[in-house]
Amino acid sequence: MTVTVVRALPDRAPARAGGAPRRRPSRQRRQDALVGYLFIAPQALGIAAFVLVPLGLIAYYSAHEWNVLAGSFRFVGTENVERLFADPRLAGVLQATAVFSIGLVIANLTLALALAVLLNRRMRGVGFFRTVFFSPVVVSLVAWTIVWGFLLQADGGINGMLATIGIEGPNWLREGPTAMASVVIVQVFKNVGLNMVLFLAALQGVPHELFEAARVDGARPATIFWRITFPMISPTILLTVIITIVGSLQVFAQIAVLTQGGPGTSTTVLVYYLFQQAFQFGKFGYGSVLAILLFLIVLVLTIVQWTLRRKWVFHEN
Amino acid sequence: MRTETATDVSHASRRSRRRTLSYLAFYVVMTVLAVPFVFPTWWMITSSFKPITEIFAFPPTLVPANPTIQPFVDVFALQPFAQQYWNSAYVSIVVTIGTMLVSSLAGYAFARIQFPGANAIFLVVLVGLLIPSEVTIVPLFQMFNGLGLIDTHWPIILVSTFGAPSVLTTFIMRQFFLALPVELEEAARLDGLNRFSIWWRIALPLARPALAAVAIFSFLHVWNLYLEPTVYLQSNELFTLPVALTRFTDAYGGALWNVQLAAATMTAVPVLLVFIVAQRQFVEGLAHTGLKG
Repeated sequence: MTVTVVRALPDRAPARAGGAPRRRPSRQRRQDALVGYLFIAPQALGIAAFVLVPLGLIAYYSAHEWNVLAGSFRFVGTENVERLFADPRLAGVLQATAVFSIGLVIANLTLALALAVLLNRRMRGVGFFRTVFFSPVVVSLVAWTIVWGFLLQADGGINGMLATIGIEGPNWLREGPTAMASVVIVQVFKNVGLNMVLFLAALQGVPHELFEAARVDGARPATIFWRITFPMISPTILLTVIITIVGSLQVFAQIAVLTQGGPGTSTTVLVYYLFQQAFQFGKFGYGSVLAILLFLIVLVLTIVQWTLRRKWVFHEN
Repeated sequence: MRTETATDVSHASRRSRRRTLSYLAFYVVMTVLAVPFVFPTWWMITSSFKPITEIFAFPPTLVPANPTIQPFVDVFALQPFAQQYWNSAYVSIVVTIGTMLVSSLAGYAFARIQFPGANAIFLVVLVGLLIPSEVTIVPLFQMFNGLGLIDTHWPIILVSTFGAPSVLTTFIMRQFFLALPVELEEAARLDGLNRFSIWWRIALPLARPALAAVAIFSFLHVWNLYLEPTVYLQSNELFTLPVALTRFTDAYGGALWNVQLAAATMTAVPVLLVFIVAQRQFVEGLAHTGLKG
C-alpha cells in the first residue's frame, strides 16, 4: 500500500506546477518503473553481489585471522592493521608501487604525446604508423610479456644484438634498477597506443586558426606547443594521467611473468604483494588489509582528479 | 651556392627538396620508433619456428635458419592446449554476449526510463568503476569457495558479466542512448510497442556502433584476464590461455621458450588479424572504453 502512495507522489508534482499538465496515466508510469527495475536488475544485483558485498567482507575479514591449513577463523581486532604498520617490507612495496606508477606515467605520456604530435598531420603512411603503434594494445598481455621476458634474458635477443655491436648488456630482469625499468618499458610499449589515440583525438579538436595565428605572429614550434597545444589538450592530459596511474596500480601479470616481484622486493608492487600474502601464504586477513590500502589509494587519486579537473584544466570559457 | 641565383624556379625546387627531406626524416624517425612495437611480435612468431638449439643462437637469427613446426606440435603434447583454447574462446564469447545484454538493458533504462531511485542506483553502480577488481579478489575467492565454484569457469563468467567490468560498458551504452534522438522510440510507443520491444527492435539496432565497442572491449578484457583465472582455476584442463601460456616448462621449471612462444603466437595472432581487418572499430571502441577512470 505505501509503495503505491510513494509512487503516486511524483505524478502530482507537474499537476501542481500549473498550466496544462502533461500527465501520463499513473498505471503506465508504474508499469514503466517496473520495466526500469527489470532492465537494471542484472547489473544492479551483480554490483551488489560482486562489488558491494565483497567490499563489506574485506572490512570483516581484515579483523580476522584466517588459517586455511588449520581451518581456523578467529577475531583478532586491529591486529592485521597493526601488522601492516609494522611490516618491514611495506615501505619497499610502496616504494616499488610509486616508482612503477610514476615511471610509467612519465614514460607513457611523454611517448604518447610525442607520437600523437608527430602523427597529427596529413601524410601518406600516417594511418599505417598509427596502426603499428596501436597494435600491441590488442596483443594478449601475457603473450606480449612472455616475448619481452624472452628478449630480456641474460642471453636473450636484446643482449645478443647488443653483443654484436660490442656491448655487454646487463641481466635485465635480475638486477634491481634494470628489472624495474624493464617492467615499466614493457608496459609502456604495450599500452602507449591507447593514450596516443586519445591525444590524437584531442589534437584534432584544437581549432586550426589558433596555430595559423601563432605562425603568422612568428611563434616557434616549441612556443606553439607549450602555449597553445599543451593548454588546449590539458583536459585529455589530466584524464590520461589518472587512467594511467589507476591502471598502473593494477599491474599484475607483467610482474608475475617477468620478475615475480624480485630481485628482492624491488618490483613487488602492492597488487602483487596482496596476491602473495593472500593466495601464496594463505594470509587472507592480512591480504584484506592490503586490499583496503589499495582501495584507499585509488579513492584518493580519484578525489584528486575531481578536484584538479575543476582547478587546473584550461577552459575555453 | 644555388641560393645566390635566386630565381623563382630554384626557390620552388629548393622548397620541394626541403619537403622531400622532411618527409624522409619523418619516415626514418617513425620507422625507428616502430621497432619496439613491431619487433616483439616478429620475434615471437619467428622464434616459435626455431628449434631449441637456435633459440639463444649468437648472433641472433632474425629469420629461423632451420625452421621447424615441432614447437607447435609440442604445445599440444605438453598441455591440453586445444581444450584451453576452447575454454578461453567460450568464456570470452559467453561474457561478451552477456555483457552486451546486461549493459544495453541497464544503459537503456538509465537513459530512457524514469523510475524512482534511478539516479541513486546509477551512482551506486558507478562505484564499480572506482574499485579495481584486485581489491575484491580475496572476498570473491572466499564467496565462490563457499559456493563450491572454485576450479570452475563460473566465477570468471559471473563477475565479468554482472560485476565491476560491465559497469564501464553500461556507462558507455547509457551515454550512447542519451545522445540518440528519442523521436523514433516515441513514435513506436504511440504505435503500441512495449518497452521491451522498443529496446530490442528499435534501440538496439541503432546502437550498433556502441555495441561493437562494448563487444570488442569485453572480449579482449576476458581473453586477457590473468589474475582471476590464476586465483579461481587449478586444473590444467580448465585453464584459460593466459594462464596456460605460463606453464610451458621442463621438468626443472625452466622455460621451454620456443614451445611457449608457439603457444603465445597462437594466442595473439588471431586477435591481431581481426584487429588488422577491423582497425577502425578496434581503435574507436578501445579509445572510447579507454576513457575509464
